[in-house]
Amino acid sequence: MWSLQNIADNFHGWLYDTFNPTIALLLEFAIVAVLVIGLFAMLGLVLIMMERKVSAWMQLRLGPNRVGPGGMFQTVADTLKLIVKEGMTPTNVDRFLFNLAPFIVMIVSMVILAPLMFAKGIQIWDINIGVLFITAVSSISVIGILMAGWASNNKYSLLGAMRSGAQIVSYELSAGLAIMTIVVLTGDLKISSIINAQADGWWLFKGHIPAIIAFIIFIIAVTAETNRAPFDLAEAESELTAGFHTEYSGMKFALFFLAEYVNVFIVCAIGATLFLGGWMPLHIGNWTGFNHVMDYIPSFVWFFGKTFFLIFVIMWFRWTFPRLRIDQLLNLEWKYLLPISMLNLLLTTVIVIMKWHF
Amino acid sequence: MAFLKNYIKEVFGAVKSSLKGMKLTGYYALHHRKEKITQQYPDNKDKLVLPERFRGEVVLIHDENNEHACTGCTACELACPNGTIKIITKFDISPEGKKKKALDTFVYHLELCTMCNLCIVACPTDAIKMAQTFEHSVFDRNELTKVLNKPGSKIREGVE
Repeated sequence: MWSLQNIADNFHGWLYDTFNPTIALLLEFAIVAVLVIGLFAMLGLVLIMMERKVSAWMQLRLGPNRVGPGGMFQTVADTLKLIVKEGMTPTNVDRFLFNLAPFIVMIVSMVILAPLMFAKGIQIWDINIGVLFITAVSSISVIGILMAGWASNNKYSLLGAMRSGAQIVSYELSAGLAIMTIVVLTGDLKISSIINAQADGWWLFKGHIPAIIAFIIFIIAVTAETNRAPFDLAEAESELTAGFHTEYSGMKFALFFLAEYVNVFIVCAIGATLFLGGWMPLHIGNWTGFNHVMDYIPSFVWFFGKTFFLIFVIMWFRWTFPRLRIDQLLNLEWKYLLPISMLNLLLTTVIVIMKWHF
Repeated sequence: MAFLKNYIKEVFGAVKSSLKGMKLTGYYALHHRKEKITQQYPDNKDKLVLPERFRGEVVLIHDENNEHACTGCTACELACPNGTIKIITKFDISPEGKKKKALDTFVYHLELCTMCNLCIVACPTDAIKMAQTFEHSVFDRNELTKVLNKPGSKIREGVE
């Protein structure tokens, strides 16, 4: 049967037959880099368009509808505008850090992509500590944000960056504990074995109530971690103009903007992998006919379908809830989400030890 | 124990009210074709529907006999917060030889008007109203200073 895995395997074989192993490996690096950059560019265009349309529908507006059919090419036009704009560096900033920060934020997003499985057999690096790698690397992006805020030499930027630091550091705990729930259920950190464990049902359905609670906590925590409304205190445009990227313009601003949307995609992809079975089709018990029909849908459609569903949910949050105050934000994490997720983890462990799960 | 009970109640209350909000926005997202309120203005120019209370500009109401209800009392001029209206009055001589204050020129500076509706509220005889027109762009700023009473118009009989 036709699949992305076959194409990738054939190409891999051809490369190693034609060139010597070192050159073939370097060529593969280059190809993966190009594909990742291409994916980022596509994600930027698609997600910003999606955000604008979803927000318009939820607020009973029309959204962009002038450029191209139904406004489809609005984001392309915006990107062209950003490319030709001057990338200005203000006089009194710390030049080196100021120019470095957007790239750090972007590179962190790129590195997190490594262990993700986009379709059956399509994965950059099947590392055996995949989930740990993701949680560890995602903490680095806060350094990029703090760097941008500090180097800008601007009170709004610094305030936004400090808020963002407090927020990301605290919400990482409950996101981590929610991920731990699935690690306990699977007994493995490797992404491919987490997905394989869900062949007969997704963890959201197999893991009883703890998995559902963990899923809800995960979604809330990652919304906060990606600095999106209702937790967008780092930007808070009505108070801090644009928070940590106030002083940025042109392509450097675009990198921050793109990183936000790519991060949303990444956390939703992680959520889809852990709770909704990654590329695994929906299988219900022993309905053989139904399961066969589901198997015919390509695996990348499943993966991107689930991911975009979660992205829609996060956008739904954004356009429903008002922004929290900083004390409410920290209360929510330390007084509610963290105790509940700790208790939830304990409950999951009991369930796994007693073998109550399916 | 009471603390724990309150805590659980708070968590469930928060989840419930969040879901309530998301239900409404979710409904809007799915029914946006039916519910949308944006009017695509230049495209629907011929069948544009404006709300009844839309405030476009101030007009002086004239009836078919070219008569209006303005007594020249300057209540609107005093009510206007930014000096948009200037009433110039004259004295009419009644048949009995008595002098009576009347409207000479109703000057309206559209370029200063914020459409706040205070003049319409202040008018004791309901002589002025807000019109539905809103395309006020002109090439010369002087065209925005308007005289609202039509030439040859006079006050309606019986309006004091």
